[in-house]
Amino acid sequence: MKTKLCFSISFLVSIYMITIDQAKGQTSMDGVMMNKHQLCTGITYMKSSWTNYWEGTYKRNNDNIGKLTTQEFMLMSNYGITNDLNVMVGIPYITSKASKGTLHGMKGFQDASIDLKWKALKCNHQSNQFSLITDIGFSAPLSNYVIDFLPMSIGMGSTNLSGRIIADYQKGKFFSTASAGYAFRSNVKLDRTSYYTTSLHSTNEVEMPDVANYSISIGLRTPDLILETFADRFVTLGGFDIRKNDMPFVSNQMNFTAIGLSGKYFLPFNNHIEITANASTVINGRNTGAATSYGAGLFYVFTFKNKKIDLKKL
Amino acid sequence: MKKQILIPTFILITGIIILVSCSKNVSGVTDHLSPLLVTNQDVNAGNWKLILLKKVDSFNVPAPLATNSPIYVAELNEIKGVQQNLTDAQKNTIKYWSAGAVLRWNEIMRELVAKHNLPPYQNEDGSYPAPSAANPFNYPQFPFSNPPYAARAYAYISAAQYDALVAAWHFKMQYNRLAPYKIDSVISGKVLINKTDLPSYPSEDAVVAGVTAEMMKLLFPTEIGFIEQKAREAEEARILSGANVRSDINAGEALGRSVAEVFIARARTDNAGKAIGTPTDWLNLETSCVARGETPWFSLESPKRPPMLPLFGKVTPFLFSNAVEITLRPGPPPLTGSDQLKTETDEIYNLVKSPSRDQFRIVQFWADGAGTSTPPGHWDAIAEEDFITKNFSEVRWARNMALLNMALMDAGIVCWDTKYFYFNSRPTQLNSAIKTLTGIPNFPSYISGHSTFSGAASQILGHIIPERASAYQSMAQEASLSRMLGGLHYRSDCSTGITVGKKIGDYAIQRAVTDGAE
Repeated sequence: MKTKLCFSISFLVSIYMITIDQAKGQTSMDGVMMNKHQLCTGITYMKSSWTNYWEGTYKRNNDNIGKLTTQEFMLMSNYGITNDLNVMVGIPYITSKASKGTLHGMKGFQDASIDLKWKALKCNHQSNQFSLITDIGFSAPLSNYVIDFLPMSIGMGSTNLSGRIIADYQKGKFFSTASAGYAFRSNVKLDRTSYYTTSLHSTNEVEMPDVANYSISIGLRTPDLILETFADRFVTLGGFDIRKNDMPFVSNQMNFTAIGLSGKYFLPFNNHIEITANASTVINGRNTGAATSYGAGLFYVFTFKNKKIDLKKL
Repeated sequence: MKKQILIPTFILITGIIILVSCSKNVSGVTDHLSPLLVTNQDVNAGNWKLILLKKVDSFNVPAPLATNSPIYVAELNEIKGVQQNLTDAQKNTIKYWSAGAVLRWNEIMRELVAKHNLPPYQNEDGSYPAPSAANPFNYPQFPFSNPPYAARAYAYISAAQYDALVAAWHFKMQYNRLAPYKIDSVISGKVLINKTDLPSYPSEDAVVAGVTAEMMKLLFPTEIGFIEQKAREAEEARILSGANVRSDINAGEALGRSVAEVFIARARTDNAGKAIGTPTDWLNLETSCVARGETPWFSLESPKRPPMLPLFGKVTPFLFSNAVEITLRPGPPPLTGSDQLKTETDEIYNLVKSPSRDQFRIVQFWADGAGTSTPPGHWDAIAEEDFITKNFSEVRWARNMALLNMALMDAGIVCWDTKYFYFNSRPTQLNSAIKTLTGIPNFPSYISGHSTFSGAASQILGHIIPERASAYQSMAQEASLSRMLGGLHYRSDCSTGITVGKKIGDYAIQRAVTDGAE
């Protein structure tokens, strides 16, 4: 049996105003699982940039920022504990830079994430396959990076617990996936003792609204190749708008819709090596950048034959 | 297979329980204060030195009705009536205001400053609109409460509150009408503030509400409705709590509003209205700097923004005259082309080249930029936390805030005079590789505003609370240093700023030792 594709889209959906916490990106949203005792590991790179952004709902540019570019390098691994239970980890390193103005660029490790992805239900009927997958994710900052310097900051600094349900349907070579996720976000702390949202707060602690996210994709899926087009919607469940000519803030209501394409391919001469590529653009947003992103990744799949590790017998 | 279901389910449920059970509610440092418990009512405060009022009885407060008069008894009955059915909202309002009127109004001021402290967005053609006091609701709303505007607003409010309270203390002692809880045993049993022996006519809380609400008409005209509502709330809280009868409130509010008129008259003629200057003024500043052979400041914003209140240096200070002000202007910054300027520019470049996390912490803690209550508001917050522990009377609260805020305003005046007199460049102008850790303010570099404000504030606060003097000095040094660490200022901007600020703080100390309160 051929090796199963390990990451369908291994890139962030998130670097728009800044990198929103969903560091594991599309991988936790797709309908693809690793087989038991397979480890897929690799690195992804993504470059995301925007010139226009939404200040509340008002779309504008800002010559004191010019083009904001965020680059991300991420180490990712996905291991098949069983055919139906995968564990994934991601460690992103992010840099930011503005093409104009005087604001200092930022860089550092952002939020490490771990996900447990479990195929709860699968039905096969002739060439039709339906599966229902759940994903539980946890992410937390790897460093005490600066969160109060948006849009230069590399992250939001909250610790997050997320849950997601994914429905995947495949007929022959074609598939479609729909998913819905929710993330609880912890409050965060600033370096200052007072801040204004819609009122003045005399504390360094900021209440972070939770976020929800929905995704649909359709495409072609074979053992060697996945090509898909997708749409993502990210919604902050609370927060407030950036005021006219103000700076963005961690608890802004950051919403966006992005569409994109992604693909991945196992090299024909070595089916342990997988390459991925993707592109996406934000088509509407609120308190986020109108970002366009490109990414690529390189993965290697190890298969461990040692059958001693068998969760069923634990 | 069942175990496979159990493990993730268990993790999911546990995680959700942990997160959902964590309350996200955030409370501020002064959200749950106890009612003010004054240790010394400063019964002689009616003799303290006034700031603008000619005489303590410039505005007469009529004699109150006797406590056995039918009208007074009716006022007692009003309290008894409302106290029978206090809602939770009313109890919260009482608790909020019982922490102290000067304290709460200063917090409201800081909120309004933060709310209005946003630089206007540019026009289509790259020019910038200016706020207009005549049309305050038009974008950009009036005011843009930037640091000099805010410093002046805090000073006027605090100074007016002080004069009004000194007058109130005079009449309190003159009429000596006791508080309703001293007169009526039913109210005494239900009163919701700390009882004192201080005469309650006129109400000090109503004096502060009246004077502040009236000042706001000038300073934050778009907020009049909000402020008047707060004033009513503050006054109602006194009646609901049993602290004052309605005639205490009415007399206090009238006195406060009258005193405000004196301060408003000064504010209308203190030159602040002209501080924005004209395009000709802006050009003259630049050409005279070039004529001296120096590199002039230019706006680092795009499109270039006109300088922030370039004529604010001409505003009339509180603690000294404009003639004295000129003598406080320091000598020139390092000259263009000098080795010292090059050394200082290199120093800033090296500081911001690869900033540490702790460096960011210091820069961010003191940044107090757009959308904040500004450095003067930050120093008010620092003062407030310490004043709370001192159990000051309302009149001493006002006196201390007035000393602090007059020092901060005058520091702003001297600093702005210096900035525009020399009109010198920011480090980023001389080396564009200097990227900053917070936004660059839109005015010349020398001397640092943060340093001048902080020098002045730390000096007067160290006098008011001597045991904290060295802590205030360290804070001022850190605030000053933060501007170098952020890439915004040269070392000489900061060190000279602190020195000048301290001299201004000394003027506040001179007043403090002679105002009759010590």
